[in-house]
Amino acid sequence: MITKRIIACLDVHGGRVVKGVQFVDLVDAGDPATQAARHAREGADEIVLLDITATHEGRATLLDTVRRTARELFVPFCVGGGIRTAGDAAQVFEAGADKVSVNSAALADPMLIDAIGRSFGAQAVVVAIDARRDPEAADPVRDAQVFVQGGRKPTGRRVVEWAREAEARGAGEILLTSMDSDGTRAGFDCELTAAVSEAVGIPVIASGGAGTVAHFVDVFGRGKADAALAASVFHFGISSARSLKDELARAGVSVRLPC
Amino acid sequence: MRVTVIDYKAGNLTSVLKALRHLGAEVEVTDGDLAPVETAERLVLPGVGHFAATQYLDKTGLTPAIRAAIARGVPFLGICVGMQWLYAGSAEAPKQPGLGHFPEQCARFSESDEKVPHVGWNSLEVRQGSRLLAGVEPGEFVYFTHSYKAPVTADAAAITCYIEPFASAVERSNVMGVQFHPEKSGATGLKILRNFLSWQLKGTA
Repeated sequence: MITKRIIACLDVHGGRVVKGVQFVDLVDAGDPATQAARHAREGADEIVLLDITATHEGRATLLDTVRRTARELFVPFCVGGGIRTAGDAAQVFEAGADKVSVNSAALADPMLIDAIGRSFGAQAVVVAIDARRDPEAADPVRDAQVFVQGGRKPTGRRVVEWAREAEARGAGEILLTSMDSDGTRAGFDCELTAAVSEAVGIPVIASGGAGTVAHFVDVFGRGKADAALAASVFHFGISSARSLKDELARAGVSVRLPC
Repeated sequence: MRVTVIDYKAGNLTSVLKALRHLGAEVEVTDGDLAPVETAERLVLPGVGHFAATQYLDKTGLTPAIRAAIARGVPFLGICVGMQWLYAGSAEAPKQPGLGHFPEQCARFSESDEKVPHVGWNSLEVRQGSRLLAGVEPGEFVYFTHSYKAPVTADAAAITCYIEPFASAVERSNVMGVQFHPEKSGATGLKILRNFLSWQLKGTA
């Protein structure tokens, strides 16, 4: 039976893992390669490395970080942040990533999804979407507004129609972050996740709001998520992927328990 | 242990090369030069991407070279599309023939409420006597990402269920294939690659 995936997310700035609440008050939380290996050992099904520097000068550092992190990592490894062109993606793949996640650049030029998919396969393209419910829309959930620039800039795009376009262009997965829930630790936005998951035929990774094991149970059930991202929850709550999965298994969620 | 990995320009080989090197293999890559295939001790055909990309193997003359290597008894491992290529063909690219080592066709997952592609960690029901999957216990998982799959036949070395049962590994003597990605399947995947690297023709030392 296919299992629900727990994906450990590392926010990286200048070659170091950082933790903070909504990208402010960043605290050094260690070496990306060490952290990724630890999460994989403890049962994380996948590792996402999100470069929150994403500046031109930071690219060389990022590629070096990706290379070092990938070296001893034998689970799927996705890298996001600052990937603007198919050439940027190629460098990240060359450094050892299995997937790239694209967000703002794909909204600015949706053909980027097609281009990366053509060269590296749909399984290698994750489209990250940051969305906030729109109380003024006819359907505040399905028509949640898509934002870029870390949630500062609305795009006018609606979450379900953008997710469908991304799928049609060859995205392999959707990484959906609820900006309403992000940083709250009050639970995932299950309605938003379910709306997107039901609208597309590709897997949806839920992100934003995780605080307890019950939140994961909820997003895999009611939220119809195929996978869930765990970022700060490993810094501020649940101790490890292993303890999270042990509890999920007890709650009846099908997960891969580490050997 | 020397392994020749065939690059047919269908995507990223980094992870496969890294895993093989991690296990101590001496890895060489060929992207069309036949000589390394003609002298290969072991062959790996990775695959991420579209079945149509395997036309590269025909254009470069790699297909007959691989066929000859297999006939010499060289252990061969196809991964993902590389496994599907061992069959007669795939519905993903009906005009592109596969190697035909196994006579069946690969097909897309049937229409259902489940998502396609099949992405994530799933389990293996291992056929007794599989040398490639020796030591893989019930409850171990491997990582899949694919929309097309091989049928369950007598050559299936493992069966996995997603929408319907399919062959998640195939094995007949020195010719082996896995639909999942052993290079991305943690300790279980490395164990399977190690089995491949230590595979010997019976009766040879």
